[in-house]
Amino acid sequence: MTVTTAVPNVAEAVETVASHLHPVASFDLADHPIPSGREEVWRFTPLRRLNGLLDGAPSAAHLNWSANAPAGVIRSELDTAAAIALNLPAPVDRPSALAVAQAGGAVLYDVAANAELDEPLVIEVSGDDPKATVYGQVIFRIGANASATIVLRHTGSVRYLSSVSLLVGDGAHLNFVGLQDWAADTVHLGHIGMRIGRDARVRTVAASLGGDVVRLVETAEYDGPGGELEQFGLYFVDAGQHIEHRMFVDHNQPSTRSKVDYRGALQGKDAHSVWVGDVLIRKIAEGINTYESNKNLVLTDGCRADSVPNLEIETGQIEGAGHSSTTGRFDDEQLFYLRSRGIPEDEARRLVVHGFFVDIIRRIGVADVEERLLAAVEKELELVVGNPDSVTP
Amino acid sequence: MSELVISNLHVEVETESGPKEILKGVNLTVASGEVHAIMGPNGSGKSTLAYSIAGHPKYTITSGSVKLDGVELSTLSVDQRAKAGLFLAMQYPIEVPGVSVANFLRTAKTALSGEAPKVRTWVKDVNAALEKVGLDGTFAARSLNEGFSGGEKKRNEIAQLELLAPKFAILDETDSGLDIDALRIVSEGVNRFTAPGDRGVLLITHYTRILNYIKPDFVHVFVDGRIVEEGGAELADQLEIDGYDKFVKAAKVDA
Repeated sequence: MTVTTAVPNVAEAVETVASHLHPVASFDLADHPIPSGREEVWRFTPLRRLNGLLDGAPSAAHLNWSANAPAGVIRSELDTAAAIALNLPAPVDRPSALAVAQAGGAVLYDVAANAELDEPLVIEVSGDDPKATVYGQVIFRIGANASATIVLRHTGSVRYLSSVSLLVGDGAHLNFVGLQDWAADTVHLGHIGMRIGRDARVRTVAASLGGDVVRLVETAEYDGPGGELEQFGLYFVDAGQHIEHRMFVDHNQPSTRSKVDYRGALQGKDAHSVWVGDVLIRKIAEGINTYESNKNLVLTDGCRADSVPNLEIETGQIEGAGHSSTTGRFDDEQLFYLRSRGIPEDEARRLVVHGFFVDIIRRIGVADVEERLLAAVEKELELVVGNPDSVTP
Repeated sequence: MSELVISNLHVEVETESGPKEILKGVNLTVASGEVHAIMGPNGSGKSTLAYSIAGHPKYTITSGSVKLDGVELSTLSVDQRAKAGLFLAMQYPIEVPGVSVANFLRTAKTALSGEAPKVRTWVKDVNAALEKVGLDGTFAARSLNEGFSGGEKKRNEIAQLELLAPKFAILDETDSGLDIDALRIVSEGVNRFTAPGDRGVLLITHYTRILNYIKPDFVHVFVDGRIVEEGGAELADQLEIDGYDKFVKAAKVDA
């Protein structure tokens, strides 16, 4: 249900859209009460397994950070008020609001206008205590016409509430890769909020393999017309794991583009994936184009994949808008075809899953990250389809 | 000298209203060095014959046997049948996104021969096989059959036939949907395959057109799940003139 209220007597029609799909964004914690689990945006998340993490008790614990910053990247630290003053996308849920409120300031990485990074900025974040609660806020600001690749990799054990902001200047190019390689006992609830400048191009890749409960909310809005966003994701959910990706693309500017392609595989009892993709096309957003796709491959019995694409369209003057969602088992015809050429069943399954993910992985554009991720997917597959070296009879 | 022997083959398929018998006692022997054409009207069970020999899970062999050099195929898995020397060129080759033609071919060759092909010669062999069927080198890097035209898919099947070099090939309506140039290229590929004289071909087709390029040693008319007439290449010429009507009517009378 969508309600649009046009504000009268404003030359350029400003509108506010109220919808259960995208709660009001706000830095004020009071706007984000502790969820009961009945809220639309919380109904899939296993709140009980968060063990009071959303109470927001203060914590001084930190993750271990190491960054490999190429020339042209400047790191600084800001207090919370100064961070918010950068016109960050506001938190959309309690975890991200807590992350901003309790982190005690933000780390800011700046890429100057017109800079072109030769090397990716690689940040490794790791935790070593599954009972420690950590709040973290990090901001990446890409100056106008700059070009950068950023890899943010999470490993280890922690209870982590995070807020990541991507401020992408006019005409800038950003390739952002987020890897959730957490240990099996980690809980990570995070928000990646992006603001995309005029004619800027942003590509994000999210890969979530580890963790006990991982819930990432990605939101995007545009600062001017002509911005392009591509979001790719992959997840591999094992027994007992909950991995949730929620996307919200706000087409608040004309002639903007967005494309979302998330793919997941599930295996083992109570493996649970959630993908919710919301796209809002505001009245002003004429000439936009958007497509969202989510595909799930269910490898064993006992898994659950929730997949919910939503489109809210306030104008028909657009180039295109669509979405698709598929969840299924192995395609028997694909397996038959491969096996009819002598490829054993294990190997055929491995090829199909590999093929399913490789389209996403090759978008990363950082060779060693691609290789590591392929290796990680291979390792996951060993669990379900046996030894991948079983080519010989 | 190899032999593919199909004896009294009965095959069912599961339908909404229960199992339905499609093949009703097929008898056929294909010796290496021979090309057998199976011709019949739509819905006669020609493709069912192809798929059930290859082991498609949709079809159940209820009685009879299929033996390749004395080895019973019907108890083998799909990939074991391929290892025994069987190849099925499909009417609608399946798209497998993200699996490159090169990777697929190398994996198949490795599985069939039990060892990985030599990298240097293999790449040359793959490119040569693709080139022979008119597919340029870029196809090796593309996802298997994904976005290929109908003709390109058929050419790719024939390239596989050449590279994987089975003992027996079943070609399921490989000619359907091909323009005249593609038909000629595909036929030449099949003729190269049979040239050594020690391979057998079961060519399933609806039309006589492909038989202008591939000369069959035997022609079998297939109606209502069984072979109703057999002869040499001249039988195909007669079908071209008279069509299948006579055989369809006769089968109805028998039934």
